[in-house]
Amino acid sequence: MSCALTATDLCLGYGGADIVHDVSLELPAGRISVIVGANGCGKSTLLRGLSRLLRPSSGSVHLDGEDVHRMAPKALARRLALLPQSPLTPDALTVRELVAFGRAPYRTALRRESSEDHAAVDRALTATTMTSLADRMVSDLSGGQRQRAWIAMALAQETDVLLLDEPTTFLDLAHQMDVLTTVARLNAERGVTVVMVLHDLNLAARFAHHLVALRSGEVIACGTPDEVVTAQTVKEVLGLDTVVIPDPVTGTPMVVPAQADATGTETLGGAA
Amino acid sequence: MSRPVTTMTRVRTRAGGVVLCLVLITLLAASTRLALGTRIAAPGDILAVLTGGGRGALRFMILQDRLPAVISSVLAGAALAVSGGLFQRLLRNPLASPDVIGVGYGASAATVFGMLSLGLSGWWLTGFALVGAIAVGAAILAMALGGRDLGTRLILSGIAIGAALVAVVNLLLTRTDVRTAGDALHWLTGSVTDSSWPQLAALAGSLVVLLALTAWVAPGLALLELGDDTARSLGRRAGALRVGVVVLGAALTAVAVAVVGPLAFVSLMAHPLATRLLGGRGNLAVTALTGTTLVVVADLISAHLFGLSSGLPVGVLTGVIGAVFLLTLLSRERSRA
Repeated sequence: MSCALTATDLCLGYGGADIVHDVSLELPAGRISVIVGANGCGKSTLLRGLSRLLRPSSGSVHLDGEDVHRMAPKALARRLALLPQSPLTPDALTVRELVAFGRAPYRTALRRESSEDHAAVDRALTATTMTSLADRMVSDLSGGQRQRAWIAMALAQETDVLLLDEPTTFLDLAHQMDVLTTVARLNAERGVTVVMVLHDLNLAARFAHHLVALRSGEVIACGTPDEVVTAQTVKEVLGLDTVVIPDPVTGTPMVVPAQADATGTETLGGAA
Repeated sequence: MSRPVTTMTRVRTRAGGVVLCLVLITLLAASTRLALGTRIAAPGDILAVLTGGGRGALRFMILQDRLPAVISSVLAGAALAVSGGLFQRLLRNPLASPDVIGVGYGASAATVFGMLSLGLSGWWLTGFALVGAIAVGAAILAMALGGRDLGTRLILSGIAIGAALVAVVNLLLTRTDVRTAGDALHWLTGSVTDSSWPQLAALAGSLVVLLALTAWVAPGLALLELGDDTARSLGRRAGALRVGVVVLGAALTAVAVAVVGPLAFVSLMAHPLATRLLGGRGNLAVTALTGTTLVVVADLISAHLFGLSSGLPVGVLTGVIGAVFLLTLLSRERSRA
């Protein structure tokens, strides 16, 4: 299987000590990869380092053989899109206008909006089922709709690779499913390579083809959900005793905390 | 497909209506300003003077007194307004206009220093104002890069910088003779009636360049409003873009301040006002027009309404309007938070 993104000995940090240490990764093309781990383990930092949002202190990231951090910003933005965790939404912006910002990498001072831009915006709206909401103000949408609008913006960039930083934060379960099924459909229908950070292990196991488990900035395990989501790995990554059972709907691994009540003394089932 | 079209049409119709109203108000105020004075000019006389004809004293009054005031109102209003809009959009805070966060003080302190201590005038003075404004702009940018809660820290540090620069200005004023200090004080109030034709030509020339650059950075600024990360993942160099916007905003304030003085609160008011008129959809071109309208109307009122023979410096009036506006804005911010 070909790799869309390859990280080699990647170290990342914000000036001080490195948050991500010597990570080497191969993320498969045309699949959904999900990065999981505890709070503050460097998931988002790793995702930022895979794009040009964070320059590595050492190591490199290659996109189809080209060094991401040496590419011209606009050229990279036509091949790799990243949706940050909590982007700012200005007041009084319609969904269509927001999505049209995704065409910025294709514009120059002399070449403004073209019919190809319009077509790309329409395609992105259709793919995220936002066409009927295109005329609404982004600030009036529900959380799930708003997130779909942002995904549509990243889609309008028409890149082969889409990075999503916790696209389901602050959403209830119904909206989380809404956003993730949209992402899965994009991947299935268009072959977009998706790399995203998710908090929820069960949803990650359900939607990922490839899972990467991080602990304190180091890769603990990677592979298919069946390989990665085991009680032992979860214990290593989250420090929590769990029982892993097959998801009754999809058959993918499902994680259930082993601790039964608030006192933390009683456990049901033989966890670790 | 019909719904998006109707919204965009509605937005454009509204923008068109707003622009038309502002242009009409400006034209009306400007022609009234040209007509009124110790000798009242009929529309025919004004037209004759403007097209190169006209006679004697009236021609002199219009060309040397009334027309320069109108033109400097138009130019300075646009420059200050766009400068305010750039800073307010960059810092995502309607209070973060150059006159509030100290950039205006930087320009005026540098100008007073150049005027009183070095005896400069013309282009040199504009250059000095530019250096002062950009220095404060750079200081603000350095502080802004520090961390989160930008708006509050900016405004507080702006007040601190402003107080320090006012002290510098006062020191300079006490060190010069009364006549020169009086001229400087008059300039510090903000006045459009003392501009000479060469000054106006310089202002107009630099404004053309700066507004063209503004149009060039505006699409990038719209991306910065979505957050640095989004702007960068859309292929922009966020850091360079931000420096560019700050330098541009500081330069627009400087060229205006060097000619008409620090006209109080025009930068603060114009962009939020224009945004409100457009139903929340801000636009720097309409902001420029709003600034122009504000200053032209304020100049007309301050020149004639108070019945003083010499008129009131326009800065006094924009200061009063601006203070009310600032208080409204502050109470609105508080109720929103």
